[in-house]
Amino acid sequence: MSRSRGGRALVLAMLTALTLTAAGCATEEPAAPATGGTAASGQAGTIKEGLKIAFLPKQVNNPYFDASDNKGGKVAVEEFKGVYSQTGPSEASPSAQVSYINTLSQQGTDVIVVSANDKDAICGALQEARTAGAKVVTYDSDTNPSCRDVFINQASADGIAASQIKLISEAVGADGGEIAILSATANATNQNAWIEMMKTELAKPEYSKLKLVATVYGDDDDQKSFQEAQGLLAKYPDLKGIISPTTVGVAAAARYLSGSEYKGKVQLTGLGTPNQMRAYVKDGTVKSFALWNPSDLGYLAAYTGGALASGMIAGKEGDTFTAGKLGEYTVGKDGTVLLGDPFVFTEDNIDDFDF
Amino acid sequence: MVERMRSLAGSWDAALLVALVLVVVVGAMSVEGVASPRFWRFVTLEVIPIALIALPMTLVVITGEIDLSVASILGLTCTVMGQLWLWGITSLPVLVLVALLLGALLGAVNGVFVTAFGLPSLAVTIGTLALYRGLAYVVLGDRAVADYPPEWTTGAIAAIPGLTIPWMILVVGALTLVFGLVLHATPIGRGLYAMGNNAEAARFTGISVARTKFWLFVATGAMSALAGVFWTLRYASARADNGNGLELAVVAAVLLGGVSIFGGRGRLLGVLAAVVLLGTLRNALQLAYVPANTLTIITGSLLIVSVVGPNAAGLLRARWRRRRAPITPLHQE
Repeated sequence: MSRSRGGRALVLAMLTALTLTAAGCATEEPAAPATGGTAASGQAGTIKEGLKIAFLPKQVNNPYFDASDNKGGKVAVEEFKGVYSQTGPSEASPSAQVSYINTLSQQGTDVIVVSANDKDAICGALQEARTAGAKVVTYDSDTNPSCRDVFINQASADGIAASQIKLISEAVGADGGEIAILSATANATNQNAWIEMMKTELAKPEYSKLKLVATVYGDDDDQKSFQEAQGLLAKYPDLKGIISPTTVGVAAAARYLSGSEYKGKVQLTGLGTPNQMRAYVKDGTVKSFALWNPSDLGYLAAYTGGALASGMIAGKEGDTFTAGKLGEYTVGKDGTVLLGDPFVFTEDNIDDFDF
Repeated sequence: MVERMRSLAGSWDAALLVALVLVVVVGAMSVEGVASPRFWRFVTLEVIPIALIALPMTLVVITGEIDLSVASILGLTCTVMGQLWLWGITSLPVLVLVALLLGALLGAVNGVFVTAFGLPSLAVTIGTLALYRGLAYVVLGDRAVADYPPEWTTGAIAAIPGLTIPWMILVVGALTLVFGLVLHATPIGRGLYAMGNNAEAARFTGISVARTKFWLFVATGAMSALAGVFWTLRYASARADNGNGLELAVVAAVLLGGVSIFGGRGRLLGVLAAVVLLGTLRNALQLAYVPANTLTIITGSLLIVSVVGPNAAGLLRARWRRRRAPITPLHQE
């Protein structure tokens, strides 16, 4: 009896030890570049070498953040010879992000680039990381301005709202009609700001024939977004257009429309990536949609973080710096940097992009 | 029979404690930062809500029931606290009291469905998992209430003087003592095991099965609400999706802790060890740059081991014993 008892204890112990060591081996801990020693001597005006820059997206395994982090942030970090990493939870929850922020601050990360799942809930952890010496850059979705150094705004909220309303208005045509919004989660800071601005935009006389009848939430979940799109058309038979200002939502809605009787009759626009939307633009489901270039967003965030950690900028209004191939940027009000105007993808230009 | 079960549960506890020590030692040696006091502060902050809910959940599962609505109770409590705050109720004791009463009430609803209507708790609490979460969205919708006084939030996570560990762990400790005594040192506790093994037989021995289970669900609700209070203050944010999915972390800890999913077996010590083990493992692996996907796979595998392990071991032992007994004419093959 006692033998088998000890045996089981041993098996479990070995198993846990194994997972720990295996994980330790499998880990590709980013090696500091050989030139790291010169980091301290970096003079004003250049980004120090060897900075540890970690990207913390809303969730990992999300194509949008893969484009911004691995295809943008990583490129920038390699340009100025820093140490890039991407980490984060597999579900988009603020409490899970807190745990990763704690980890990053313990790892002595120089710059944390984070897209916030909640503007307040991750504040405490970010403050603690800043006390420990990290610079905090938010991108895509901001926190309270007091919790970070700089926010990289992908596009101004009014710019996005204006382009979304303009695109749906053009697609629906002069007669106008009922439209609806398919959003991400009900708490997403950026989504809600855009929706408010869209309502303001709709109040303008040129859009008087468009009527917003519903806002539904697909939670950035493909299946739920698909079902919400389906539900909208069941509930509003006269619906003329859907705006889905989220990459997951717009792709799911496009997939539903393209396989239904509404294809070409109900118009769809939103914020999507070219690779996700290409098929639907070509089959006539979607005439046009918009987005910034997420890779540029991550690229700019990395350069901003590098400039902050090197003491080139303090994140104050009026600070200027150069972000590699993107050129010069100026820090605006409340420590924000604006990437630029949203870009409109149509059948004519979509094949020029691959992300 | 009872002796065997006890020793089985006991040995699983021992295995978990050994595993915990091993994880800590191996972690401290191979992952930079695990040995630091800050690491343990973060681990403790993370496991407190799980531990709070796991205490009553252990008792519930031992009786052969389950409560999957706990994280939704947490979420609904958070939003109600947030709404009360918006309405100008700014006394912390009042908010906490209302939260606990609400949690107990929500638990009582589960309890009534399970005991008075005789419905399976799995079905009832999957229902209330969705219902309570839905109500949480009704209360606050897409809003997050976050403007609590800073001293509340810093107070909630403040460390015990001289340590980095938050003082809330003392509350967890005191409650562990209460639940531990009830389970392991009172007739009520023995009744819970009896119910889990055979509810019918337990009823004949004079145990009030329905009433006991009802109060267990009330306790689970109240403890989930307490976790909700801590959650709101720790993250300084009352949102409808607070604690989303936490029920899985709690059930994982309870099962890994050696409590049988079929009821009748398990101890509180094992569950607490499992809570700390899972928290430590997760944080240590994160520090070792292990991606989230791998973490999920590891947690899932541990859960399978915890459910399959004890049963497989029992089966193997039975077969071995049968083979060793030579003179059993009935079992000749």
